[in-house]
Amino acid sequence: MKTPSYYGFWHHLGNRLLKLFSWLVLLFLILPILVIVPLSFNAEPFFSFTEGMLRLQPDAWSLRWYEQVFSDPRWLLAIKNSFIIGFFATLLATVLGTCAAVGLARAEMPLRRFITALLLSPMIVPLIITAAGMFFFYSSLNLAGSHLGVIIAHAALGTPFVIITVTATLTGFDYSLARAALNLGASPLRVFLDVILPLIRPGVISGALFAFITSFDEVVVVLFMAGPQQRTIPRQMFSGLREQINPSILAVATLLILLSIVLLLTLELLRRRAERMRGIEIPQ
Amino acid sequence: MTILTRAEAGQASVSRRKKRLLAFAFVVPLLLFLLLSFVAPIASMLWRSVYHPTVAELIPITLERLGQWDGTGTPEPATLAVFVEELHGLAKERRSGKLAEELNRTQAGMSSMVKSTARRVGRLSPEELQQQGVQTLLDAHRNWSRTETWLAVQRAGQVYTYNYYLTALDLELHPEHGIQARDTEIYRQLYAKTLKMALAITALCALLGYPLAYYLASLPSNRANLLLVLVLLPFWTSLLVRTTAWIALLQTNGVINSFLQGIGLIAAPFEMLYTSFATVLAMTHILLPFMILPLYSVMRGIDPSYLRAALSLGARPLPAFARIYFPMTLPGLSAGALLVFIISVGYYITPALVGGTDGQMISNIIAFHMQSSNNWELAAALGSLLLALILLLYWVYDRFVGAGSIKLG
Amino acid sequence: MARSLTTSVSAFALSAALAAASLTASAQESLTVVSWGGAYGAAQQKHVIDPFQKDTGVRVLFEDYSGGIAEMKAQVESGNIQWDVVDFEVIDLERACSEGLLEEVPRDILPPGDDGTPAAEDFIPEALASECAVGNIVWSVVFAYNERTIGGTKAETLADFFDTAKIPGKRALRKRPQVNMEWALLADGVAPEDVYEVLGTPEGQQRAFAKLDTLKKDIVWFESWSQAPQLLNDGGAVLVQSANGRFYDSIRQEGKPFVIVWDGHVYDLDAWAVLKGTPKKDLAFKFIAYATQSKPLAGMPDVAYGPTRKSSMPLADQSAAPHLPTAHLDEGIQAGSEFWADHGESLGERFNEWLLK
Repeated sequence: MKTPSYYGFWHHLGNRLLKLFSWLVLLFLILPILVIVPLSFNAEPFFSFTEGMLRLQPDAWSLRWYEQVFSDPRWLLAIKNSFIIGFFATLLATVLGTCAAVGLARAEMPLRRFITALLLSPMIVPLIITAAGMFFFYSSLNLAGSHLGVIIAHAALGTPFVIITVTATLTGFDYSLARAALNLGASPLRVFLDVILPLIRPGVISGALFAFITSFDEVVVVLFMAGPQQRTIPRQMFSGLREQINPSILAVATLLILLSIVLLLTLELLRRRAERMRGIEIPQ
Repeated sequence: MTILTRAEAGQASVSRRKKRLLAFAFVVPLLLFLLLSFVAPIASMLWRSVYHPTVAELIPITLERLGQWDGTGTPEPATLAVFVEELHGLAKERRSGKLAEELNRTQAGMSSMVKSTARRVGRLSPEELQQQGVQTLLDAHRNWSRTETWLAVQRAGQVYTYNYYLTALDLELHPEHGIQARDTEIYRQLYAKTLKMALAITALCALLGYPLAYYLASLPSNRANLLLVLVLLPFWTSLLVRTTAWIALLQTNGVINSFLQGIGLIAAPFEMLYTSFATVLAMTHILLPFMILPLYSVMRGIDPSYLRAALSLGARPLPAFARIYFPMTLPGLSAGALLVFIISVGYYITPALVGGTDGQMISNIIAFHMQSSNNWELAAALGSLLLALILLLYWVYDRFVGAGSIKLG
Repeated sequence: MARSLTTSVSAFALSAALAAASLTASAQESLTVVSWGGAYGAAQQKHVIDPFQKDTGVRVLFEDYSGGIAEMKAQVESGNIQWDVVDFEVIDLERACSEGLLEEVPRDILPPGDDGTPAAEDFIPEALASECAVGNIVWSVVFAYNERTIGGTKAETLADFFDTAKIPGKRALRKRPQVNMEWALLADGVAPEDVYEVLGTPEGQQRAFAKLDTLKKDIVWFESWSQAPQLLNDGGAVLVQSANGRFYDSIRQEGKPFVIVWDGHVYDLDAWAVLKGTPKKDLAFKFIAYATQSKPLAGMPDVAYGPTRKSSMPLADQSAAPHLPTAHLDEGIQAGSEFWADHGESLGERFNEWLLK
């Protein structure tokens, strides 16, 4: 951008300072996460850089913590559990959430404001309260300490995200398309699958990703309600950080950072695709 | 305008009702699911904070007899005998510990008294129990002949109670003076501290997030999108990972301390981990994206020509910014601030891991009563106070921002 | 539109069925055993858990906890039993037993020692004192310093632990009243044999808290014994409390310059117990019988814990003998299980209020 002439010296300086400050904030956001990556290759059982690491001596760096993670049955169980629970919770949350979002987006929806607020509340209520309540309630139903119980709990926590993302793709959705298809004799299911779903698919997928990460990252409910058979990755990290700090946690953390980069890229691609699709469907 | 016949109007209203029902039908599965999996558990927890039949189930006959006692002196020997008998039964079934725990909540210190008494009474044979039960009780501890002890037993036996709310507000019920403040103030202080920390976190997020969002909004969109990835990556990174990072950074021998010592800036390491400073810092890092994203999306929508126009008309930059630009960003700022505040008030994991004793928030004390002291009723009472606060904030958020307008990246 | 509902319902049913399937797949006979992790856990893994899995084909989920009875209480009272067998500090055992959290362990499950001595004579009496558990080790709470960080004056007595003028720097203690209250009284001059009697009186409790007050701002609290060696290693504290085996292991395995101070140590047993209401009660008893045989117990001196069977000592690594608590009994006191059964709750509460003050 070219600076107009009425921008004085102070303004110029202000812009420089703003840029500097913004970059510092960005560094504050990103550096703590990046610091983990090299630390996870520590040859020593410490959470800090050793002198050898700083001098780049090869023997100060090692893959031992990665080996340890993949040979420890507890970590392996946690990894397996996280994916099983995450998968089913996502499935449940996505199906229920998408369906509800389609309903909420309709103009005729009664009590919309109240119901929206209610459906989004799992995101707002502090997890400690949710987890405590679930502990009592699910225990009395014999669901605590089972995979099914954790899946249901995580699905409940994930639905708000699905509703939000699907609703976002539904705003500006043209129902005349659906109506036209119905008038032409398509069954409602066909209409949903062939007309509505393709249009909202980016929202559904990104909602599903959010639901997955919600479950994958959730630890409070697991802490309260799940048993040793349902240990998940974050639960294992939590007890590791509380009881025995060693760099295998950093190794897992590094892998999780990789995973979030993959998810983030997927989302970004989806967003671009959605923008493109909208551009084609609804020329403005 | 056409005028509808009555039949047509009726038809229209029927079809409108049908449409409403159809729309509602889409929401029903999730609504039912959440009612069962989410709302019912929380409701049952709230119920637990006022409904507490445990003591009434442990010593039913004693309580029944105490109901006829006038509340002065000690209850008559027959009542004491009934109590000794019930205590004997509980000791044999190993349930006297439960009674001790429950009574201890009404009057601190009663636990060891009940337990040691139960130990003695439990050793008595049935005949001995008949003959010297009451005497054993009175010999076991002098407090068994005090009026206050039995008033406390009576109070603990109430099935419906608001005692836990009193405790949660640092109050107690005095037999003569009514409701009064407890000697030690714990929970009110903790609520105040939690609010203070949440405010500090929100303020920090706003201070750091506002300029960054402003800068990002001023960039061409593809460059802004690129930099936005640096905001979104932490947002998508596991909470545990980010907390781990702060532990690695702030430890006594951590990255920051060894760096500062390495360049000779400090001689001895700072104690940063396990303080409220660590909690505030780590939570600011974790919640900052929740502030930046709504701010950015609002700022992107503001036409920069407004500000430019004001400047070219001779307004000085700062007042122009304050009077024209800033008010337009208020929706984003309030949305972000409320969200950050709501989330931080109820936060558990990060304070639990980096906060030490000093950086604990109200959620941590709830977890403590759930997991360590097993005082679930008090946890429920503290939790419902927290929930009320959160729902109030959520209501404000919904009113001014709209719950449906939460943005995710 | 009703059809799309049907699909969502059937998708839900499908996912539930799949989840159930993945559950049954992992439901081979298994047992959840909970202990203390760290060096002790590693020794148990090697000498108890692994051989047990090999000999019986049962899959053991070996979990860590950091003591206390709260988690078990939550499980028993909510009916959501997750743990089957737990390694208790006897200081917590009597309380758990008297509150009905544990099954009675029948004595006839215990086999004779490897040398043929009947179990009742082979075990030291303290190991069979509670009907709720079978003792497996004798261990001790001690404190230690690091040669590298202690400075000029070395710690020698428990009084030094409370003397920040003599030895400046942070002290690390496990966050609970147990042992810390005893230490406060011992350091304040109470005779070892009177500690529990004094601690049973309101004045004695006052005195213990007053002594702890003098140290309060210098205390680093930790949750689990495993954290202790790390704190001593990275300079988080100058004097650190822990189980003697944790320090011993760091000294022997990693060559750390730690020195254990035995003065005023509080020795105790650890014992295996079974959670009340576990559906795997019989398997749990089988595990306890297995874990307390002469040979598995003979592995415990690896981490400087004394076995509770007399027949184990000849089978054990003799080099650890001078480092076992049994070699230092005259310098310490035995933890009062019954005292803490009665006072654990009240003092726990006061302790927490004291912490928050």
